[in-house]
Parts: sequence; structure tokens; C-alpha cells
Amino acid sequence: MSQQRETVDHDRRDFLGTAAGLSAASVAPGLMLHRLAEAAPRTEPVSDAKRWGMLVDTNKCAEGCTACVEACDRENGLNLQSKPLGDDLSKWQDQRAVWIRKVKLQDNVSGHVTNLPLMCQHCEHPPCVDVCPTGASFKRADGIVMVDRHICIGCRYCMMACPYKARSFIHEQVDHKLTRAPRGKGCVESCNLCAHRLDAGDFTTACAEACAAEGHNAIVFGDLKDENSPLNVALQAQANRQIREDLGLNTGVRYAGV
Amino acid sequence: MAIATHRGRLVVIGLAGALCALAAQAEEVGGFVLESSKAAKLDNCVEPTEYMRRNHMELIRHQRDTTVYGGIRSTKHSMAGCVTCHVGYDDDQQPVPVNADHQFCEACHDYAAVTLNCFDCHATVPKGEGWNHEVAALHAHEVNGGSARVAGVLPPDGSLIPTEGGESK
Repeated sequence: MSQQRETVDHDRRDFLGTAAGLSAASVAPGLMLHRLAEAAPRTEPVSDAKRWGMLVDTNKCAEGCTACVEACDRENGLNLQSKPLGDDLSKWQDQRAVWIRKVKLQDNVSGHVTNLPLMCQHCEHPPCVDVCPTGASFKRADGIVMVDRHICIGCRYCMMACPYKARSFIHEQVDHKLTRAPRGKGCVESCNLCAHRLDAGDFTTACAEACAAEGHNAIVFGDLKDENSPLNVALQAQANRQIREDLGLNTGVRYAGV
Repeated sequence: MAIATHRGRLVVIGLAGALCALAAQAEEVGGFVLESSKAAKLDNCVEPTEYMRRNHMELIRHQRDTTVYGGIRSTKHSMAGCVTCHVGYDDDQQPVPVNADHQFCEACHDYAAVTLNCFDCHATVPKGEGWNHEVAALHAHEVNGGSARVAGVLPPDGSLIPTEGGESK
């Protein structure tokens, strides 16, 4: 046996080397296959294995740019709302549903201006859920705070409770609706982190995509529970905070540069 | 006696007529699948037709909670699937809302005198089932109310609490 071991079988080594190379090469296609498998529409209910969140780098958020807001409007059919006949335009602009607002902050001492998109912060302890009398306002297992509009009675307590003014009320029946974004008179709604995309296996949001397309890359979307997700890498790389962190809501949306 | 027989005959004829009318009506029921819809080309619905007629609302309601709370959108009982398959098309190949007069949902609900309110909120024609922007961009011209609201704020103490239009913090 020992003599046999001493002799080197070069053919065998070549074969093993080639096999190793081949298997290394197939790792990438393997990963791709894995991603494709993940990209299938979900068949199992969402679980708390993931918690979706975002990091907004306000230093990269450009003044005057509304790409994220417009993308959100298109994605979620918010652009299909129409002004009620005879309604004042400024009143309408205050009343129409918006899921993201661009907010500008100015430090009065230094004069420093900060721009940021503000949407539902997807709190771990959402005040909107606490106050909802029917249980319509709820937090999905994967951390997305949303409204079950089938049982929403339109009392708007959640709008009062939200510290971020993230929720909108639909005052009138909407004529045009997208299949992916139902919208009904008398219900409250807000950002759902493009849940229809996530459920289809596409782990992006319209706003993050639009921001990247503009070249700003101010929004990083990802899984807060995955240590290696781009989101967590970005969160570890730079100082960031929650807006109104004094409320202890543990928001899923974080901001850098504020 | 003769009069009684004559009356009896009239009653029989009357009853027979009523039965015929009922039968004719019964034939009409269930004939609501539109020729122009995809459903017309299929043998039966996602479940046997008789089952669907009686229980479709239970399936939809069950799917509704599965979708809202569980995020499962692609199963065969999704209402988006109902609309996609049962929507009729007009002569210009444009989809006609399923809740319009004489369309699949409305025709039967009208016959059964059951109010249909799914479509107060849900789309009545297949539109933007997927998330892709191309579908939504087709409707971009319908944008109303101008561009996005851009809120400016100058907190007096320089704090970073977001407010809008001078409203309370």
C-alpha cells in the first residue's frame, strides 16, 4: 500500500485539477440558479427570517430631484388619482395620496441644508398599529407595516398617530387602478416597501431603483437581518440614525448624514 | 263538470307555461362566460364550474388574507387571475371592465341581486399585474395634480424633526 502511495499518478492529478477548476467555474452559475430560484413568486407565507429596511444617505440626496417620488407614484398607481371636479389645486395637492415626500431641512445655525425622502419608516413598534381600532393597520412578519384595507374603516387614527406623517387617506373613488395596487375610497394607505415586488421575488423597491438610475444611489434597500446584505454593509460603514429615535420605535428606515 | 274540466285544463296549461318559463330562465343562468374572454377557450375554471358558482366568494376571501398577510399572490385562487381570465374584449380588442353591464361578474351578480364591491378598490381590467415600469408608464400621461409635493421647512431650533407646511412637530 505504502509503495503505491509513493508513486504519483499524474493523470489522476490532472483529472482532479480539471475537476476542481470545473467545479469552481460552476459556482457562479450555481449562485445564479439559486437567485433565480429565489426570484420565483412566493408560495410560503412571509416569515420573520427577514426584516426589510432602508438606508438613505442624505448627502447623496439631491435638491430638486423627485425621481423616487415619481417612481413610487408610477409603481403604486398614485399617478392615476384625479383631482375632484371643482376642487382647488393647492387643496388637492395637500389631499392626494403620496407615499414619499421630499423634505428639506435647514440648520439655522450653520445654514446647512439637508434633503431627504420621508416615507413610512416601518417601525418595529408602530404607533399606527397600536391605535388602530379594527386591526387593519398591521405589521407583516417581514417587518412591513401596512393596512388591510378590507377591514380599514377610515377612522384615520393611524394618520394622527404616525410621527412621520407617512399615511394618506383616499377621499374619492379612484377611476383607474392597477392590479398590483388596489385603492379604495375611505381607506388609509402608505408605503409598503413595494411588497408586490418582494412577493414576486424581486428584492428592490421602485424608489431605490429610480435613485440608482439617476446616479445618486442615496437609497440602499435590503434585509436588516442578513449580516451580509448590502444594507447592513452600508449601515456598518457609516454613521446613521433613526428620525425621532427618541420615540424608541426602532424604525426600519435609517438615515445617514442627518 | 265540463266547466270544472275546462278550468283544470287551464290550470295545467298555466302551470306548464310557468315551468317552461322557469326552464328557459334556468338555461340562461350560467351562460355568463363571455365569448371574447380567455375563459371561453378553457374547459373549466380553476375548480369545477358548479363549485365555482357556489363558492367563488369563499375562495377569493381566503386568498385575500393569504395575500395581504402572507404575501402569497400567485396561487390559482387570486382575484387578479379571475379578472385576467374572465375579462371580455370589445371589437377594438380593448378589455371591458368585468363589473360593467352584461360583463361576466356584473351580469350574474345583477341576476342574483347581490351587490358586488370588490371593484370599488380592485382593478376591473388586467392592468399592471406585474411590477414592471413599462405597464405603469403607459398611464403616466394620466398624472394629475402636478409634480410631486416638495416640502420645505426651517425648524426654529435647527432640529431635525421633519415637519411640513408649518404644521406642528
